[in-house]
Amino acid sequence: MSTVKLTVNGKAVAVDVEDRTLLVQLLRDHLNLTGTHVGCDTSQCGACVVHMDGKAVKSCTMLAGQADGASITTIEGIAKGDELHPMQAAFRDNHGLQCGYCTPGMIMSAIDIVHRHGGQLDEATVRQELEGNICRCTGYHNIVKAVLDAAGRMKVSQAAE
Amino acid sequence: MYQTTYHRASSVDEAASLFAKGSDAKFLAGGQTLLPVMKQRLASPSDVIDLGRIKELQGVELSGDLLTIKAATTYYDIMQNPDVKKAIPAISYLTSVLGDPAVRYRGTIGGSIANNDPAADFPAALLALGATVKTNKRSISADDFFKGLFTTALEDGEIITAVSFPVPAKAGYEKMRHPASRFALTGVFVAQTKSGEVRVAATGASQSGVMRVPAIEAALKANWSPSAIDSVTISANGLLADIHGTAEYRANLVKVMAQRAVASAR
Repeated sequence: MSTVKLTVNGKAVAVDVEDRTLLVQLLRDHLNLTGTHVGCDTSQCGACVVHMDGKAVKSCTMLAGQADGASITTIEGIAKGDELHPMQAAFRDNHGLQCGYCTPGMIMSAIDIVHRHGGQLDEATVRQELEGNICRCTGYHNIVKAVLDAAGRMKVSQAAE
Repeated sequence: MYQTTYHRASSVDEAASLFAKGSDAKFLAGGQTLLPVMKQRLASPSDVIDLGRIKELQGVELSGDLLTIKAATTYYDIMQNPDVKKAIPAISYLTSVLGDPAVRYRGTIGGSIANNDPAADFPAALLALGATVKTNKRSISADDFFKGLFTTALEDGEIITAVSFPVPAKAGYEKMRHPASRFALTGVFVAQTKSGEVRVAATGASQSGVMRVPAIEAALKANWSPSAIDSVTISANGLLADIHGTAEYRANLVKVMAQRAVASAR
């Protein structure tokens, strides 16, 4: 057992876990943050994507101990109170989800994509960049629309800040 | 995953001494292979020694005609590095088609070559560019480093610290990506050294892991152009065959990927 100290969604936490605990297990089973999903458990599907120090990582392919000292943001940590994050709002407005299982990982990956590419985003780039996230419902079309829509909204909201 | 004990090393020396104390220890770099393998219970190390935060294993240095990438530098950091883009853009490109964005943030060059997956990308770059693998004990040329499927010249407890690449006159890499795993169904790295030598390495093709392709090297030595490879025949003997492609299909891919790599080389 080890104590893993993290900042999760802005809050400092210290959790005693077995050394074999994965980051996603710490989040879901110890902190009850069940918005982060486990899909394939083989680092293919991206349902478990969270941000570690601002970078999108697959939390099923990291030991909790590797994240010690890091700042983690999960899907639960991106809205401002009742106001959805622009990426969440764009997914809703563009019908970018059906069953919703992949959506938390899609949204966390998509925010990272917009942060890296800013205004340079086009459809081909979004499709290529989403290769680590698998959706079995939508055929991706509305997801891509949502990401492009959100990229515009995020630029506007950044400019307003 | 079976029980294990996690250690975070803060220096290469500390990592080596932690390894020596474990009964069946393994080094962990980015963990993008080791952790999936542990989750499948195909590996059950007593101790996992994390190299990921060792400062001396991070970063890129360009010194004259030698590009040195420290072992725990992530694919993302390699891809974005201005010295890599300037000196060997083919390596920057290789990292951009390796895995997916989340994997690229975590996976490392040292982890890739230590694992020596027969379909991994970096072994082809090292072999084609005539790189040198630096460890905490010695220097090993790429020609001597890769020993076959998941096998390298590394001794038990030996830690890769960096890889040094001689800057080539030209180099290119192209691969047919497996659409789900993003590993190379077959990938070919071509390089022309500043002294005019041509080296070509293929990954994802041979049953014995990454390999040189002498027939294509000879053709390109005579005439550095994609069409020079038209008349080359690659034997399917000893090539991988699986649900994704026959040995004959991969033999053809070696040619086609080599042609594309020459076309994109710079």
